[in-house]
Amino acid sequence: MSLAGETEKFRKRRAGEVDEGLRQTDYLMILIGGQRFGIPVLQVQDVLRQQKVTRVPLAPPEVAGAMNLRGRIVTAINVRCRLGMQDLPEGQNTMSVVVEHENELYSLIIDQVGDVLSLYNKDFEPVPATLDSVWRDIATGIFRLDDKLMVVVDVPRLLQHSVH
Amino acid sequence: MDDLIVEFLTETNESLAAIDVQLVDLEQNPNDANILGSIFRLMHTIKGTCGFLGLPRLETVAHRAENVMGRFRDGTLQVTTDYVTLIFESIDRIKYIVGELEANGKEPDGSDAELIEKLDAVYEGRDSAQAGAAPAPTAAAPEAAAALDPLQALWDSLPSPDDPIAAALNAPPLPPMSEDEKKEAAVPAAAAAAPKPVAAVPKADEDHTARESNVANQTLRVNVDVLENLMTMVSELVLTRNQLLQIARSAKENEFATPLQRLNHVVSDLQEGVMKTRMQPIGAAWSKLPRIIRDLSMEVHKKIDLVMVGQETELDRQVLELIKDPLTHMVRNSGDHGIELPADRVAAGKPETGKIILRAFHEGGHIIIEIKDDGKGLNTPRIREKILEKGLASTEEVEAMTDRQVQQYIFAAGFSTAEKVTSISGRGVGMDVVRTNIEKIGGTIDLHSEMGKGSTFTIKIPLTLAIVSALIVECAGERYAIPQLAVQELVLGSETGTANRIESINGTPVFRLRDRLLPLITLQKLLKLPDVIKEETDQDKRRSNSASNNRYIVVTEVGGYTFGIIVDRVFDTEEIVVKPVARILSDIELFSGNTILGDGTVIMILDPGGIAKATGEISVAQTADKEEDQAALVREGARTSLLLFYATGEAPRAVPLSLVARLEDVDVSKIEHSNDQMLIQYRNSLMPLIKFDPSLELASEGTQPTLVFSDGTRSMGLMVREIIDIVEDNINVQINSDRNGFLGSTIIHGRATDIIDVGYHLKTAYKDWFKDHGDEDFDREDMKRLRRVLVVDDSPFFRNMLSPLLSVAGYDVKTAENPLRALEMQEKGEHFDIIISDIEMPEMNGFEFAEKVKHSDCAWKNTPMVALTSHATQHDIERGQQVGFTKHVAKFDRDTLLSTLSQTLAEQRQERKSA
Repeated sequence: MSLAGETEKFRKRRAGEVDEGLRQTDYLMILIGGQRFGIPVLQVQDVLRQQKVTRVPLAPPEVAGAMNLRGRIVTAINVRCRLGMQDLPEGQNTMSVVVEHENELYSLIIDQVGDVLSLYNKDFEPVPATLDSVWRDIATGIFRLDDKLMVVVDVPRLLQHSVH
Repeated sequence: MDDLIVEFLTETNESLAAIDVQLVDLEQNPNDANILGSIFRLMHTIKGTCGFLGLPRLETVAHRAENVMGRFRDGTLQVTTDYVTLIFESIDRIKYIVGELEANGKEPDGSDAELIEKLDAVYEGRDSAQAGAAPAPTAAAPEAAAALDPLQALWDSLPSPDDPIAAALNAPPLPPMSEDEKKEAAVPAAAAAAPKPVAAVPKADEDHTARESNVANQTLRVNVDVLENLMTMVSELVLTRNQLLQIARSAKENEFATPLQRLNHVVSDLQEGVMKTRMQPIGAAWSKLPRIIRDLSMEVHKKIDLVMVGQETELDRQVLELIKDPLTHMVRNSGDHGIELPADRVAAGKPETGKIILRAFHEGGHIIIEIKDDGKGLNTPRIREKILEKGLASTEEVEAMTDRQVQQYIFAAGFSTAEKVTSISGRGVGMDVVRTNIEKIGGTIDLHSEMGKGSTFTIKIPLTLAIVSALIVECAGERYAIPQLAVQELVLGSETGTANRIESINGTPVFRLRDRLLPLITLQKLLKLPDVIKEETDQDKRRSNSASNNRYIVVTEVGGYTFGIIVDRVFDTEEIVVKPVARILSDIELFSGNTILGDGTVIMILDPGGIAKATGEISVAQTADKEEDQAALVREGARTSLLLFYATGEAPRAVPLSLVARLEDVDVSKIEHSNDQMLIQYRNSLMPLIKFDPSLELASEGTQPTLVFSDGTRSMGLMVREIIDIVEDNINVQINSDRNGFLGSTIIHGRATDIIDVGYHLKTAYKDWFKDHGDEDFDREDMKRLRRVLVVDDSPFFRNMLSPLLSVAGYDVKTAENPLRALEMQEKGEHFDIIISDIEMPEMNGFEFAEKVKHSDCAWKNTPMVALTSHATQHDIERGQQVGFTKHVAKFDRDTLLSTLSQTLAEQRQERKSA
């Protein structure tokens, strides 16, 4: 850890603040192909059911199209495509999580939305180096949940790949 | 900045623009008292406000200029071209000071002594033109003094000895009293019940003032942001209304119908009203033109009359801003290329004075601007030659072209037929930029020219950008919008019939439209959409056999090029609110935006310009000819080589070439990642790579253009999207410090170009560099204390460039904008290891500064000094050494500067050790 980080810790301890490890952060859990992912809840603007999406010809493959969210135009991102996974079979319902990135709204199309979890920072682990490079790229780390593992999504990085 | 100052700046800028126009008028009608009076008032207001706000420099200049104008007004001085030029000079100085004030919040340093002396000479009748003539002012003075004598007593009793008027009254010999000063003098007199002077004030003038203040009371200054915000909200409201109407239409009868109808009307009125608030008369964009034409005609010795018609025509201020520069450029062009020299005109049987007519008017939701000159017109044969010369078309093609088609080539980049490049135009970087700018706002530009008779340019632009009317079409099951402005007509073509048949040449569809062959583009193919029409056609066939063979052709015109777009279906036209596409989609040239339709669906707006470009037909505008630009650009004095590149988006960026060590194409597959940092093995060591912008997408394979910056043994690569060119240009930067990584912006090739801050990017790379490589380069002493460097340079650009550069090289940098400020630091007891100083600076130059520093009383006398110059002659270097500069380094030569610094410091250390 950098010196600045240590100093910060020290300052906090003196100020009687909670130890980082016991601090809790809220995540919205989402499911894609059976895998759990977490998005910091503060970054989530909206959760939507399947929406009508206008295709945008000539757009990058992971761009599913554009959609209307209460008068704002939102770019829909097919997260399965972004992660190099197969699309869901035709007719199966999807859901969307709307996030903001650099003042623009993006709707991340995923399979399903789960609960909001409050997790202790001490259960947070760095991304294993052996993970697939695309996944490693979009993950900030892994949470050890009781039953399963949850990959924390780095939203800016998820969108970075597509944004020019 | 102080609110008062902000308000003052806004007002002053408006007044200055007005003065420019009026002075040109005045020169033509020297005896027009009204014009004189209003110019005088403007100057007077500036002067008065300055005094109030404590801006002495501005006040002095305005005051002296006002003196001279006062004499014009009193009729004691004839208005001549020389005097008007002098007043222009004063106005330019005022503009400059105001500009600085706006940028830095304070008046710039410097002196106006020379200008003031000139003004005073004219005022006091000491200038060459008046010296022989009767000394009018002194003759008039006693009279004025006598007339005001009774007031003198009043003045003396008034507690305002600092008042300029009182001072003027007491100072012999007495200058002539200006009308305004008399009026001012009259006011206190009136207060003391002396009614006579009040009656002397011209009645017309009084009425005029009263009318003016009335107008002032009816207007209100509103921040543009507020209006923009309002406009956005109205746009949303229009969308919502459209949605409601759509629902109501499908629901047939319901009780919402009537209120909805009313809502519909109110929203329409509201939209119109809000649009009006954004409207400005086009005259605002024209105010500079009379002055430009006047200066131009003086410079090239032509006689030009500029006639402006329809100044009151209003258009959206956003549009206005965007067409300001293209218009200026075109009017200048007309004057420079179009109008002939007086002798040539007479020889051609035309009046000696050329005429440029600028006309603006509304026509069906658009505004038309015409620039017409009665000059020599375009030299079509010469353009044909030039097309061949530049290889833009083959001989056969050129021969087949009509004159009109040939003329369109003047909009090609780098295309200039002017034999001689003047400082005004002829650099071949103009008309293409004009066209690009106009097309950017959805406008079109057309040209009609007849040799020997003159040229007419016609610009057609939409009234507003936010809401446009668009034709909704369908292709492969999706709807798209095409801006109505580009659509000429709709034609129904058929695939099988005999009439209106779509024919094909080698698979490319074409259509005979009124005896001309119209090239066709199939939207579905262009957008690479799946062929879903097949299934639909089958269905259609079952329903109706004839319909399936019909194809809708949208005849579109972009910049004189007409083509047809084949679509599946055509709906109606709709008013749509253009919203910019998300950044991720902004690279797709075929779309100019997107919008939400009445039924809530998002649809993409097609960009006809982009479509034309994609089909390759309009490439004329894109063929750049750099040679000519270069030749033109090299001519002028102190220039800097700049490397232009694209990083993200369409805005070009620039970096001084001397800062770039090398240009490399980095093989993407060789890029390694370590610790969040991209690295590449480069010349046997690891070089960090930085994306110019985090959002820059790297090529997935192949190579990525990279600028390599080197700093001693360390290098870093800055990856960009595309390297465009190297140009030489003056860097005239408007510093803007609020964006990291940019020094500011400048105009290159008529485009706003950001100059990047290399230091910022070096810093980004170096943080990691130090972590990875340790500190082996630093010796003990350097580790203990950073070397302190003082940079003295009056140019903010250089200060901003040098300080990050030096800090990255491990120095602790302080800057001073002039030697006086540096000497203040010395008095405060600051200490530096080395001083880098510019030579040419206002107030105190580098040599004088060095003399001061090296003086035996100075605490800095042992501090080594390095001179930084843009041009060092042997004489300069000798003089520099005499006054105490250790070394001379050329500006921009950073390697030498850094090595000189370390060398000088090492020498000094050595000396100290041996001492």
